[in-house]
Amino acid sequence: MIFLELFYVFSKIGIFNFGGGYAMLSLIQDEVVNKHGWMTVNEFTDIVAISQSTPGPIGINCATYTGYTAVVHAGYPTWMAVLGAILASLSVVWLPFILMVSISKFLIKHHESKVVTSVFATLRPVIVGLLAAAALMLMSKENFGSPTDSTFVFVVSVVLFFFAFVGTRLYKVHPIIMILLCGLAGLVIY
Amino acid sequence: MGIYTDIFLTFAKIGSFTLGGGYAMVQMMEKEVVDKKQWLTHEEFMDTLVVAQSTPGLFAIDMASHIGLKLKGVRGGIVGALATAVPSIVAILLIAMFFQTFKDNVYVEKVFMGVRPCVVALILAPCFGMAKKAKLTKFNCWIPIVTALLIVAFGVSPIWCILVAGVGGFVWGRVKK
Repeated sequence: MIFLELFYVFSKIGIFNFGGGYAMLSLIQDEVVNKHGWMTVNEFTDIVAISQSTPGPIGINCATYTGYTAVVHAGYPTWMAVLGAILASLSVVWLPFILMVSISKFLIKHHESKVVTSVFATLRPVIVGLLAAAALMLMSKENFGSPTDSTFVFVVSVVLFFFAFVGTRLYKVHPIIMILLCGLAGLVIY
Repeated sequence: MGIYTDIFLTFAKIGSFTLGGGYAMVQMMEKEVVDKKQWLTHEEFMDTLVVAQSTPGLFAIDMASHIGLKLKGVRGGIVGALATAVPSIVAILLIAMFFQTFKDNVYVEKVFMGVRPCVVALILAPCFGMAKKAKLTKFNCWIPIVTALLIVAFGVSPIWCILVAGVGGFVWGRVKK
């Protein structure tokens, strides 16, 4: 039964996903392409590309798309496929949600305690490091172009980067406005 | 506007503009949830980041459930988590059903060539504000630097950094007492 399988596989993917969407891609590929044959490697590459250019967490994007395609491939009508997509997406979320609720409740209850306070005082500087690391790792050829391949794209990207950084940091421009502005700039410039 | 509607609309808005993974929405979420709505203080927001990063599940969804939970218990958490996921599910469903060629569209690609560097800047920007709020001094400013170095240069998983720092903070708290 395809719906049960989707539920099981995406629940598993959800609970084993530590460290953000990109970390879960290899896990999803293994389950969806290799083990269950719900889509081909090419289709999977497509969905990664689509996920990067659509809003939302990449894990949800993948689950929605896989749920839809798997049910269609199994020969069911479109409305069943839509249900499959929603089921797969919710399957990713529910187990971590229950875990998160328990942890949050514990923390909200004990947030005055000395031990919790001292643990979080150490962890806050770590989070600053984590964000810096995430930004550093994204300063890649995929996001900025390479200076040797296309100097123009690279220079425009660097300018947009500083524009966005200064705009949100110093002039407190809302991030959504910033994304729209940069998207518009890309459309006009390229 | 009821509080549930408010939670739903806020996180649906954040979910709609989250491009390029969970970290990119940190800046946006801080602006909406801390500055505008004042649901959390800056310190509480950073603690939420720690919890979301060290538990399984999607970063953005974890953040939304924790904040929703803080406001209105389990029901608030469910509303927050669903609101973050809904824009994503709708967008992908539409693409899967109608726009198979979406990603090959020249204009879409152009827009995203402009958006990608912006997303990187949005991830970097909150670092500086948070450095102040994390009460960085000359005694602990090595912590974020070492963390970033371990992750970028040595490929250490962020989970390990959080675990080690958490245990360190626990021990330090005991010793100080």
